[in-house]
Amino acid sequence: MRRITLWMLSTISALVLLFSYHTSTNATSKTSIVAPQTGTDTATAGAGTTSAAGTTSATGSAVTTTDSSAGSSSSASASSGAASSGAASSGAASSGTSTAATTIDGDVVSTRYGNVQVQITVAGGKITHSVVLQVPWNNPKDQQINSRAVPVLNAEAVDAQSAQIDMVSGATYTSEAYLQSLQSAIDKAHL
Amino acid sequence: MITAEIPVHRRTHTGTPSVLGRRAFVDQIMGMPISIHVRATEPARPDIAAAADRVFAHLRKVDEVFSTWRADSDLLRLQHAEIGTDEVHPWLAEVVEICLLAEERTDGLFAAWRSRPGGRTVFDPTGVVKGWAVVGAAAHLETVPEIAWCLGAGGDIAVGTGRRMHDAAPVWRIGIEDPRDRRRIADVVSVTRGGIATSGAAARGAHVVDPATGRGISRPGSATVIGPDLMWADIWATAAYVDPSAAARLLEDRDPAYELRRH
Repeated sequence: MRRITLWMLSTISALVLLFSYHTSTNATSKTSIVAPQTGTDTATAGAGTTSAAGTTSATGSAVTTTDSSAGSSSSASASSGAASSGAASSGAASSGTSTAATTIDGDVVSTRYGNVQVQITVAGGKITHSVVLQVPWNNPKDQQINSRAVPVLNAEAVDAQSAQIDMVSGATYTSEAYLQSLQSAIDKAHL
Repeated sequence: MITAEIPVHRRTHTGTPSVLGRRAFVDQIMGMPISIHVRATEPARPDIAAAADRVFAHLRKVDEVFSTWRADSDLLRLQHAEIGTDEVHPWLAEVVEICLLAEERTDGLFAAWRSRPGGRTVFDPTGVVKGWAVVGAAAHLETVPEIAWCLGAGGDIAVGTGRRMHDAAPVWRIGIEDPRDRRRIADVVSVTRGGIATSGAAARGAHVVDPATGRGISRPGSATVIGPDLMWADIWATAAYVDPSAAARLLEDRDPAYELRRH
């Protein structure tokens, strides 16, 4: 139990670092997309809060006034990134009592089209939920492709793990591609 | 270090089930992700982490000697005639021997020597080096007592055990990527020891060169070879991508322990 607590703390701090990093460097094309998974059985609270995180950071660059209706949720909107990360990990903590679901962010993988990052939720040794935290979102074509592709990718991540795969063999990939981001999230689940 | 242990049940020879935890180590070497997954009853053991460090160190050393991206690698300095064959790392001679053997065994489907348009012959052992390096690096895991390991290097995977695990080696499930849609898994292979290598143009384009024409191959599909040794699985996968039917024939004839799967 102590180890889990430590793990949670480290996850929270890692998330805070991660999110604050992106808000500072990648403010022009901040892309957080959340496609809630259908048919996932765990961490609905976590899913809810991460989608809240997604919307805050996605609209963060455009919205300057915070007197909108959602003002109550983002009360201290000094850094939306930190607030969202706290929410995400609290979601994991709440479900941790029953199935010890943990949320893990994969590495940010730079491709020639932009950054890709995947977050997975692991419960009982299986991926129960996956969220694409970042995809290229710079021009209308990206948005058109990704709005369709990302939910598909999310489903694939869950499918791959539902077959309990330990590792992926494929044509040599360099440090680019979604699959690598997925592999890195699987790796981190065991780090 | 973040540690999460996910229990995997295994049965020992005495019939009593024991629980194996699992731990992963990841680093980026030679421009690709290297993942080491270890299963052990106590995955947090320091000797396991030390062995993982030695694996990464081994691969970094291989990169220093064989990199085709670093001008100071032994391979490029030799190609540029900056050093003589007596000054290079002895690994080069070892790899040259393997390249010759691979060329002979695959009837030239695998070739490390290529003539450039100008007529100059260039030695490019990259098709052998990765598999060879991973097998060499994995030796650091084979000496660790009571572990099972799975070592992935950019799509090629070696699987095995440390000492005193031969009776109770757990199964690793390896997904084979669909070359037509890299987000999908086309096939799953269960392995307790051995190597899996896949060759195709899905990830890096036409990087496999057909020795007969000297041109890169951009055919769709991929060839996966599963067998006792990752280095030879890798060599055969390259050969099978160049000429699937010829490689399948040769494989059956010369290396029946290796299985070819085309996707």
